[in-house]
Amino acid sequence: MKLFKNINFEKLKSGLTKTRQKLVNSITEVVSGKAKIDDATLEEIEEILISSDIGVETSMKIIEKAKEMLRSEKDRSKINIVELIKKELSEVLSKYDDEISESEKIEKFKPYVILIIGVNGAGKTTTIGKLAYNYKQAGLNVVIGSADTFRAAANEQLEIWADRAGVTLVQKEHGADPSSVAYDTVNIAKKNNADIVLIDTAGRLHTKNNLMEELRKINKVLNKVLDYAPNEVYLVLDGNTGQNAIIQAKEFSKYADLTGLIITKLDGTAKGGVIFQVCTEQKVPVKYIGVGEGIDNLQTFDSKSYVEALFEI
Amino acid sequence: MLEDLTLKLEKALKKVTGQGRLTENNISDTLREIRLVLLDADVNYKITKQFIEDVKIKALGQEVLTSVTPGQLITKIIYDELTKLMGGQRSELNLNASGPTVILHVGLQGSGKTTFSAKLAKYLKDKKRNVLLTACDIYRPAAVEQLRLLGKQIDVPVFSIDGSNDAVKIAEESLKYAKENGLNTVIIDTAGRLHVDEVLMDEVSAIKEKVKPTETLFVVDSMTGQDAVNSAKAFHDRVNFDGIVLTKLDGDSRGGCALSIKAVVSKPIKFISLGEKLDSIEIFHPERLASRILGKGDIVSLVEKAQEQFDEKEADDLEKRLMQNKFDFEDFLKQIKMLKKMGSMKSLLAMVPGLNKQIKNTDIDDKQLVKVESIIQSMTETERSNPKLLNGSRRKRIAKGSGNSIQEVNRLIKQFGEMQKMMKMFSGKSGKRIPNLKNLNFN
Ligand SMILES: Nc1nc2c(ncn2[C@@H]2O[C@H](COP(=O)(O)OP(=O)(O)OP(=O)(O)O)[C@@H](O)[C@H]2O)c(=O)[nH]1
Ligand SMILES: [Mg+2]
Repeated sequence: MKLFKNINFEKLKSGLTKTRQKLVNSITEVVSGKAKIDDATLEEIEEILISSDIGVETSMKIIEKAKEMLRSEKDRSKINIVELIKKELSEVLSKYDDEISESEKIEKFKPYVILIIGVNGAGKTTTIGKLAYNYKQAGLNVVIGSADTFRAAANEQLEIWADRAGVTLVQKEHGADPSSVAYDTVNIAKKNNADIVLIDTAGRLHTKNNLMEELRKINKVLNKVLDYAPNEVYLVLDGNTGQNAIIQAKEFSKYADLTGLIITKLDGTAKGGVIFQVCTEQKVPVKYIGVGEGIDNLQTFDSKSYVEALFEI
Repeated sequence: MLEDLTLKLEKALKKVTGQGRLTENNISDTLREIRLVLLDADVNYKITKQFIEDVKIKALGQEVLTSVTPGQLITKIIYDELTKLMGGQRSELNLNASGPTVILHVGLQGSGKTTFSAKLAKYLKDKKRNVLLTACDIYRPAAVEQLRLLGKQIDVPVFSIDGSNDAVKIAEESLKYAKENGLNTVIIDTAGRLHVDEVLMDEVSAIKEKVKPTETLFVVDSMTGQDAVNSAKAFHDRVNFDGIVLTKLDGDSRGGCALSIKAVVSKPIKFISLGEKLDSIEIFHPERLASRILGKGDIVSLVEKAQEQFDEKEADDLEKRLMQNKFDFEDFLKQIKMLKKMGSMKSLLAMVPGLNKQIKNTDIDDKQLVKVESIIQSMTETERSNPKLLNGSRRKRIAKGSGNSIQEVNRLIKQFGEMQKMMKMFSGKSGKRIPNLKNLNFN
């Protein structure tokens, strides 16, 4: 069984077109015509990285590494410095890639439980719709649980997505205890012999203690029904988010063990560069990226292709 | 993080402290740290660069008065520039007194338009306006339903056309509906869209063309990173919005994107939105966001304190009077008041990064200041401006009135006389320093 067969490199590239062009054009601009990489050039590169939301600290680290590597290099051409930085960036991102493939894990655990969390408006519900569709397309039996019982019309929104994906939806009335929805969902999934459980949660800012506690409770309840659950806790990050994503990840990870990131809205001009630091700090991989509002606009994240696409000229 | 920042600034300021003039050399570390602070707060890198350049030009060659340290001065310049950039004063929403007011909300996906639409509706309803909410988001699943439910919560009607796939028409029809039903304020919620989506950008500019809004507001997530400049500019180019709304400020993002956006489109920030409850909407205060971008904590209170007492005009006046040899008890009193406004000298100095350790050894006595103040306050105005009048009986009256001994009054008058003499010498030269109270020994 292969999941997400539709990994479409071209699509990833087109999703990242603006990103790629910007980043690469600027880097080329900086390095072209300059045989030697002087400090000013490196500083300019640092600025290019920073404006991709990679952050000062991480950018400087990457520059430092590249500088070091450059010292032992004879070839200090523009191609080479881009290659060095690319290599460095891609290593950062692939460091925490899963060793076992997702299909293997899904075969082992039934149902395979995925909890989706994140701040308001990050793209959780849309991503759930897309994930459900993809799993369904892969021939799996999917149940979605609507544990956002708070936001107005959250139920209705998820209903439409479940319908589009053609999967089962478990929901309760507005204002119901979200962990009880989680509880019911897993039980129904067990009964239906489902392969995948996707739990949508309400958007919450990581600064709200009571809401974060609620998340802990949802997590606990899942664990009570199935001692191995949740299998995955995906934090959804809006690709437009700047340095705050680092704090978001830090805080959310205190309440549920993150296993991966999903970056949305990469079809715009935002670069989502903050993932470099988030991955490093949380020691988790990026799993998927959202490149549009359509049901098929979700792509399996592949660090090499991502960095490659970033630097494609 | 914050401790880190304070430490960094402490280190950077150390170099500047104790030097009389701001120079390229002594402010470079401070500027470097401020650059990092701004970038960490998500201020766009180009904007940051420009900003630091501006601050540098403002700062270079500035004279440092004794009452503020150079570190305080540079930080104050930064803070003032930030506040200025963010919009000097409050900017209110434009509402038509007669005829309908139409407010159009635009922005990226997930920025918080729908929630903010309901908040603004409630805000204006509380101001006794008759509000209609229009649901033009025909794309996101259940977006219309979401607005409908929010409208119900605040008892504001919501206009929508079931099954319609023409957002422009919905907007248009809603204006008619408002007119027919005596509703004078229409708030139009539109679908979130990416600024690179030509089709949807055409749609939103068509809506704007048709409804000719009184206010078009760009709603932006305060957590937005470096790309804010691109999306804001693209939206501005297409719909020429009138104001900005910053959302999700109940989180802990530093909100630097607001500075970037303001710098690119120079439109005022009109509201901030801070929570999921429908009454968590506030008018924007530039100085608060300036503090937030710089990071909370000691450095900001330090700036605020310095801000209060650092009145350039007052200092100039004082200087003039000194030069003309007119420094009298009234001026003296002003200086003491300035110092007092800053709170206890010790606590103030304790806030100056790097000074914490030395503070124990300083001999600044707050009580002494109070005593001096009370004595001067017991003088009449003529006595204050002409200390020569202070004969024995007047001194006795002053001692009694201020609750001090006659010796203490005598001592102050004598020391003041010496101070005046000293000033004469200063004003004779080209020196500009205002005598420091610290150097006067009242005991
Ligand atoms: N362009 C683009 N838009 C997206 C993407 N993912 C989500 N969106 C849009 O972002 C907005 C918010 O998405 P939701 O899925 O409702 O976000 P959420 O995290 O569930 O929001 P709350 O439950 O309200 O916290 C919607 O308008 C989505 O259509 C993406 O990858 N690209
Ligand atoms: Mg949702």
